[in-house]
Parts: sequence; C-alpha cells; structure tokens
Amino acid sequence: MNTQTDSSFSVVHPIDHLMRADRLPHILCAGCGIGTVIHSYVHAINEFGVDEDRHVCVSGIGCSGRAAGYVNVDSYHTTHGRALPFALGIAVYNPELTVTVISGDGDLMAIGGNHFIHAARRNANLNVICINNFNYGMTGGQVGPTTPVGAKGTTAPQGSVEHPFNLPHLAKAAGASFVARWTVLHVRQFTDAVLRAMNKKGFCFIEVLAPCPTSFGRRNNLGEGLDEVEMYRQRCRIENGAQDLEPLDIDIVDHEQTITVGNFVDIERAAFLA
Amino acid sequence: MKSDDDITQRRPMDMPLARVPVGDVHVIAERCKECGYCIEYCPTQVLVYTKEMNTKGYHYPIVAEGKETSCVHCKYCDLICPELAIYTTSSDDDRDSDG
Repeated sequence: MNTQTDSSFSVVHPIDHLMRADRLPHILCAGCGIGTVIHSYVHAINEFGVDEDRHVCVSGIGCSGRAAGYVNVDSYHTTHGRALPFALGIAVYNPELTVTVISGDGDLMAIGGNHFIHAARRNANLNVICINNFNYGMTGGQVGPTTPVGAKGTTAPQGSVEHPFNLPHLAKAAGASFVARWTVLHVRQFTDAVLRAMNKKGFCFIEVLAPCPTSFGRRNNLGEGLDEVEMYRQRCRIENGAQDLEPLDIDIVDHEQTITVGNFVDIERAAFLA
Repeated sequence: MKSDDDITQRRPMDMPLARVPVGDVHVIAERCKECGYCIEYCPTQVLVYTKEMNTKGYHYPIVAEGKETSCVHCKYCDLICPELAIYTTSSDDDRDSDG
C-alpha cells in the first residue's frame, strides 16, 4: 500500500468536481461539523445520479450559510431567514429541480421560523438540511431557539432558561413528509437520509447535530470538536420510525440523557405544486 | 491482549472465500485542519498525526508504521472529513482475509 501525502494541490479529491475546490480549505473552524454536512450533501448528489444541473442549493445567513458558496451546483446565498421562501419560489417555478436548503438552526428556526412552518404546512417540494449547533456561532455564541436549557452562551452566562425547539417534533407537527435527525458522526445514515429526501416529493426535513467547538463547545466545557462528537457517539440512540417525537428534547448538561436519532417520519402527502 | 483465535474458534463456513478489501490512503495535506476525526474513528487505527506541519501549522494524518496494509477501504475517513482532505482508493492486490 502506498501512502501518498502531497503537500501541493495536485492531488484532488474524487468529489472535487462537485465542490468549488479552488476555495478549499474553507473558512470554517477546525472540528466544525458543517464541512462534513457539505461533504455528505455532495456525496448524495453524486449517488443520486441526476445531472448536477438539476440540483439547486440555497442557504441563509450564518456559518452554515457558507455551504452554498462551496458546492459546485447552482447555489444561492439568500438574506437572513429567507432561504425557504427563495427555495420555494425555485421549486414552484421549476418542479423538475431538486432544491436543497442547507442552513443553520438560527437562520431556519429563529428569523425564518414562520417560513419553516408554512413551507412544511404546504408540503413544498424541498429538502431542508438544518445544521443544529445549538447557538449563533458566527456572531459569537448567543443563545438561539435550539439552545438546550442550562447550556451557556454569550447572552446566558449562567445557562439558558428558555425552552428550546424540538425540531423533529416541530417539523412533524407542521406537516413535513420526511423527518430525520442525525449527527455528523452518522455520515452514512445522514447521506442515505439526504438521498431519500431527494427521491421524495414533498417537504423533507433533516436535522444534523454538528459540533461547534469555537463557540458552543468552549462555553459549555465540551472540549474540542472531537470530544463533542465523542459525546454524541456515547449518547445517541437510533430509533427509526419513532412514533412519539415529543420526548426528543436534547439535554446537553446531563450527560446521562440519551439523544434519539433516526429517520422518524416518512409519509405520503400531496406536495405543493409539484 | 487476546487475538481473534483466543476469543472464539468458531469461523464462518465461507471464511476462506471472504476477501477483506485493501485500500490506499491519500491525504491532501494542505487542506487538513487537524480535527482528528479520521484518526479517532478509523476502524483499524491506520492513521496517526505527522510530526511535520502543513503551511497553516496543522499536523495532518499519515499512515502509521506497520499499518501499511491495514486500511480496509471503508471510506469512513473520506466521508467524515470536513475538509475533503483524505480519501481512500481500492488496492488491486486484494489479500485473503486470513492472509
């Protein structure tokens, strides 16, 4: 076996044709999970078998919003919170396109929260990948709509006292056709879930738990990205097809609590103008 | 540490036919940010940090001494790498599982 370690850029990754490789290495922090999500998304495009011209990637504002800038498909970096209405317009105008929204929990669930529930209610033909790192990472680690109770942030130095959204439960209640939650460690299951979403008409929602070592991990003593991912590995329990999504809240403070992941909802429902 | 033979003598009937894939590891050193995911989660612990650094000062992964034929081409390091800095390719000279 040869080990090829090339310090020049002459070695290209086999998936580089789907990335804007000239912009790599990307600006995201060491240990950040967003890179893995982008990587899994382009792997899913590669395996989906449909021409990459038929794929559209839309993202909002935040660290996760950078995703649209690194994938080599038609991509749009929209204003804060408006990734979903923009993507909805694309999907309605041309139902042949596979439109994927990659954005963060702050963008999709806070300022874009209303767009989210209404896109799910309409069952718009969109695939939504929500990268959940439990805080507003880019602006310095403020408490967001998914910050677990007791978790610390810039705006909650004693720990958050707000109750967070339970994203799979919210998506199911709002009417999504496909709902899943994975972590960046479950790359194969996550890529498989993205592929299922691409093959499905209707609103498909996938939450990905991603480490944020620079902001969230540092303030909550979770260590480096590797330590946070190891915590997911120890605490995650896979429960595909779980019926009751209400107890799926995430407790970051109590390390004894399990985190339930899996493909939870897969129903057939008429998609919006698709 | 117990070897596989000590743990159990039972073997699948098609054991001689089963072939474990062998992979070559390729590292794009300049992209690496030393997050350590590939090193930590390699199922056969093939990778270690180098002593050298890339131009940004990160210690990128390299195949450990004595592990040159241990990669089983599972592609997990490729999939989990946030930087697209590592991938594996299949080696032509596949070996037998007991070889």
